[in-house]
Amino acid sequence: MDMKTLYLVVPLAPLAGAIVAGLFGKAIGRVGAHTVTILGVLVSFLASLLVFQDVLAGNTYNGAVYTWLVSGDVSMEVGFLVDRLTAVMMLVVTFVSLCVHLYTIGYMADDDGYQRFFSYISLFTFSMLMLVMANNFMQLFFGWEAVGLVSYLLIGFWYTRDTAIYANLKAFLVNRVGDFGFLLGIGLVLAHFGSLDYATVFQAAPQMAAQTITLIEGQTWSLMTVICILLFIGAMGKSAQFPLHVWLPDSMEGPTPISALIHAATMVTAGIFMVARMSPLFELSDTALSFVLVIGAITALFMGFLGMIQNDIKRVVAYSTLSQLGYMTVALGASAYSVAIFHLMTHAFFKALLFLAAGSVIIGMHHDQDIRNMGGLRKYMPITWITLLIGSLALIGTPGLSGFYSKDSIIEAVHASHLWGSGFAAFAVTAGVFVTAFYSFRMYFMVFHGKPRFKCSHDTHDHEDDKDGDQHGHHHGGHSCPKESPWVVWLPLVLLAIPSVYTGWVYIEPMLYGDFFGSAIYIDSAAHPAMEELKAGFHGAEAMALHALQTLPFWLAVAGVASAYYLYMVRRDLPEKIRTKAGILYTILEEKYGFDRFNDWFFAGGARLLGGKLWRWGDVAVIDGLLVNGSARLVGRIAAVMRHLQSGYIYHYAFAMIVGVALLATWFVQL
Amino acid sequence: MLEGIGYLSLTIWVPIVAGILILVTGGDRNAAGQRALALLGAMLGFLVAVPLWTGFDSASAAMQFEEVGAWVPAFSIWYHLGVDGISMPFVLLNSFTTVLVVLAGWQVIQTRVAQYMAAFLIQSGLINAVFCALDGVLFYVFFEAMLIPLYLIIGMWGGPNRVYAAIKFFLYTLLGSLMMLVAIIYLFFVSGGSFEILEWHRVGLTMTAQMLLFVAFFFAFAVKVPMWPVHTWLPDAHVEAPTGGSVVLAAITLKVGAYGFLRFILPIVPDASHELTWLIVALSLVAVVYIGMVALVQSDMKKLIAYSSIAHMGFVTLGFMLFNPLGIEGGLIQMISHGFVSAALFLCIGVMYDRMHSRQIADYGGVVNTMPRFAALFMLFAMANAGLPGTSGFVGEFMVILGAVKVNFWWAAAAALTLIFGAAYTLWMYKRVIFGKVANEHVADLKDIDGREFLVLAILAVCVLAMGLYPMPVTDVMHASVNQLLEQVAQSKLVY
Repeated sequence: MDMKTLYLVVPLAPLAGAIVAGLFGKAIGRVGAHTVTILGVLVSFLASLLVFQDVLAGNTYNGAVYTWLVSGDVSMEVGFLVDRLTAVMMLVVTFVSLCVHLYTIGYMADDDGYQRFFSYISLFTFSMLMLVMANNFMQLFFGWEAVGLVSYLLIGFWYTRDTAIYANLKAFLVNRVGDFGFLLGIGLVLAHFGSLDYATVFQAAPQMAAQTITLIEGQTWSLMTVICILLFIGAMGKSAQFPLHVWLPDSMEGPTPISALIHAATMVTAGIFMVARMSPLFELSDTALSFVLVIGAITALFMGFLGMIQNDIKRVVAYSTLSQLGYMTVALGASAYSVAIFHLMTHAFFKALLFLAAGSVIIGMHHDQDIRNMGGLRKYMPITWITLLIGSLALIGTPGLSGFYSKDSIIEAVHASHLWGSGFAAFAVTAGVFVTAFYSFRMYFMVFHGKPRFKCSHDTHDHEDDKDGDQHGHHHGGHSCPKESPWVVWLPLVLLAIPSVYTGWVYIEPMLYGDFFGSAIYIDSAAHPAMEELKAGFHGAEAMALHALQTLPFWLAVAGVASAYYLYMVRRDLPEKIRTKAGILYTILEEKYGFDRFNDWFFAGGARLLGGKLWRWGDVAVIDGLLVNGSARLVGRIAAVMRHLQSGYIYHYAFAMIVGVALLATWFVQL
Repeated sequence: MLEGIGYLSLTIWVPIVAGILILVTGGDRNAAGQRALALLGAMLGFLVAVPLWTGFDSASAAMQFEEVGAWVPAFSIWYHLGVDGISMPFVLLNSFTTVLVVLAGWQVIQTRVAQYMAAFLIQSGLINAVFCALDGVLFYVFFEAMLIPLYLIIGMWGGPNRVYAAIKFFLYTLLGSLMMLVAIIYLFFVSGGSFEILEWHRVGLTMTAQMLLFVAFFFAFAVKVPMWPVHTWLPDAHVEAPTGGSVVLAAITLKVGAYGFLRFILPIVPDASHELTWLIVALSLVAVVYIGMVALVQSDMKKLIAYSSIAHMGFVTLGFMLFNPLGIEGGLIQMISHGFVSAALFLCIGVMYDRMHSRQIADYGGVVNTMPRFAALFMLFAMANAGLPGTSGFVGEFMVILGAVKVNFWWAAAAALTLIFGAAYTLWMYKRVIFGKVANEHVADLKDIDGREFLVLAILAVCVLAMGLYPMPVTDVMHASVNQLLEQVAQSKLVY
């Protein structure tokens, strides 16, 4: 099999699974649906492994599959660019997707939409692969929107729930705001480079560095700055960066497996991937990089704060995801693209693990998601407990685990950056370490330690009435006690825990300092020397872990864990007291800084109000009322007057004729 | 009179003859036979249109399949037909839509079946003639004649307020075309006594004459498109029209107006077109933004889709006024795509209306629970309406926006707002109608679509996806003609 066929197999195998499960779900049944989709993703994963091996050997591929459209001198193609950056993404996507597919067998076992769910997640895998494998902006946008579509379908998977169908519409529309910028960015690329092909654009980019553009009379901007900021606005939507982050917490209305796959590991990182892919463009604009840096820093710190007060287990992890996406964005802004991708990868493993473990807890708790009702679960669910602990330790940056290497590198990279805004960003990511540790272990202690805060009976038979998914709210007592989830649920946890532990110290050296990405990522080292400085200070993974014990981030993490322990294990009365003391501060956090309220009022309400006014005043009153029906009435009135002329009396007509003849005669005489 | 009958004549007269045949033989007693006859006529009409595609020479910008016959030689009015890459796709689209409309009205229409089917078939022939006519008078006659069947369809099978809507529709469009008649007669004299449209393309004109001609043609075509602010007949007509009427209205009739821009305005008065670009662009952008917001607040599904049509047609006229290949071909693609998507959406609303006898969004909710197959197809069309990549709805919008950035960034930015508005009004409607718990016992009693309904929607779904994933064959046939048009428009025709 030649490589091009192999590249085609990678996205098409999941697509085939999705089509079969989607169209013939009823005919092939549940087992048929999960067999065919898992087979598709498995094939895709194995093919990705082969591709990875191939790119490690130094091969890259850039070629078209078919020509999509030709218009004028513009030719748009569907094609693949497979280099090391792509290959890493392909592996991450297919591996996490495979784990999630397996997990779903257990998690969705009682759901009526079983086949539909498998079809959707396979379709998602296809879309995501098309996105990361694209060799041009058109296909990038196709994948970009396609993952958005599947995300929309999956957030609203339980379509009878008002909250779910509100959340999915919100997610789609907020993403569309980002896409608005993204599309205009693509438009500018085409207008100035004359091509949508990555290779052509990247090659021509350095000559365009000095190009300016006048959008408002009298104001000239750097073309690259405008393009990069517009493209990044797209990333802000997809990767949930402030202030377009509002859709991600609500997306937790979707079933947990997709929270892990789409809203933690893969789709939300599409923006990060995109900026890394566009590094030849972003490197040309310091302004754009500063913008990226500041937006990322705000997201990293302020979204972390919100995670500290959440009581829904999934929302804690969701805010943690927002914050971590902020970290990745900061890395991009500091020109540490490889570090961003490195963190993207480690985060994909441990965050998918955290979500899936949270899902396992939710199954154990009979679909109660409130951590205030949990406690002491470590006795009931040992595998979930250990794996979630591993995930949390990785997340907070415990030296030696994967998250440590990627996150510490980000912090160091930001410190090495000299761009405008890097000072603030450095503060935000450092302070964020404490916050991360605090919310992670607050959740961990409340879920697994202390005394159980739920009542249960040790009966042996399972509750069969749990058919309608997460809908079961706060039931205490009457339920059977939590027990470890079935193997299809815990096996993916173990599979994800392994890379969460080891990927950091094994891959940091080759990925960050070994020129792993080669030409896939471009850095203007003279202008942005952060990676060079990092490389100079790096003396192996072990040394880095040992050195960390003397650095501020490590002790901040320890302090975070310790405070969480003190507040939620020792002095359990304190959080309530702090809450009343903090007053307004707490309300601000609880209101999520007021974004949802403002958006609902200003944008959603404003558009409806304006639309209503335009319709009633513009269309109904002025155009139809005044102009259309008005002129009809005018014609009617004139006709009513004119009608009197046609009275039917012969002497009226005779009189009119005489007058007419007289007037004509006068006129002729005057000539 | 005719020198042999060509394919174009067949596409015009086969449906018309079939329609007359149905009228002559028809009555409600043998409705089943009438339906079968109508389907046969429509399919035959489509089959004779297929060679236009397969036999089309896409390398040539010239008129193809030309037919010339004497009609009123004394006034040099000729029965002159021909298609190029701009008009040919619409003959196919029209013939294709006719088949779907006949199928869609299969059981829904129970009274005066023969007249209903005949009206659609005759209309189909007339519209084909509009796209094929190369003689000004011939064009005008068919342009007017095509109003009559639709007028009857709305007036006879329409809703409670159908008379107001039908008359409004008729007067609005008639008023527009009367001005065009004056323009046509003027052009006859200036061109030295010719009604040949292609001859008019070559005739030199003063700026004043160009401006006046522009206004006359513009009014005729703007009403048809329809452009803001002469659009208000469309929502009323849609709301009152039966499903089939809405489908033809949205899928085909509106396209005649946009086609007029390319066949008449741009090539006949290029200098005035350049001069007045700002006007058409402004009106197009108003359609996208203003109408987009108006669509958001509609409570009647048909009205909502009608407004959405106006917004989508705004992209077409915007694209034409960019004077670059991406813009014009994007506009043409958008026209074809809108033919599929709006037809499908009106059919979807028709499916629900047939069961619930309501088009009010508020009367629905949770339809997916009882009609899952329908909901899945409806979702595809809703997404196509929101311009999702992979569907035909994306291609035209993408091309026009990209084309617009080249000309003026802010035009593109305003047009790109449709990304947000289009998604907002379409998906918000979808959410309220389809998602949620079963809203009332009527929704609970709904039956999912049957085989016939599924067939019609599935055919459209295939079209929407095929054109979204591989639009190249469609743009390929356009290139030569569009490039020639662009050359024509770039050359000044001013005489002093």
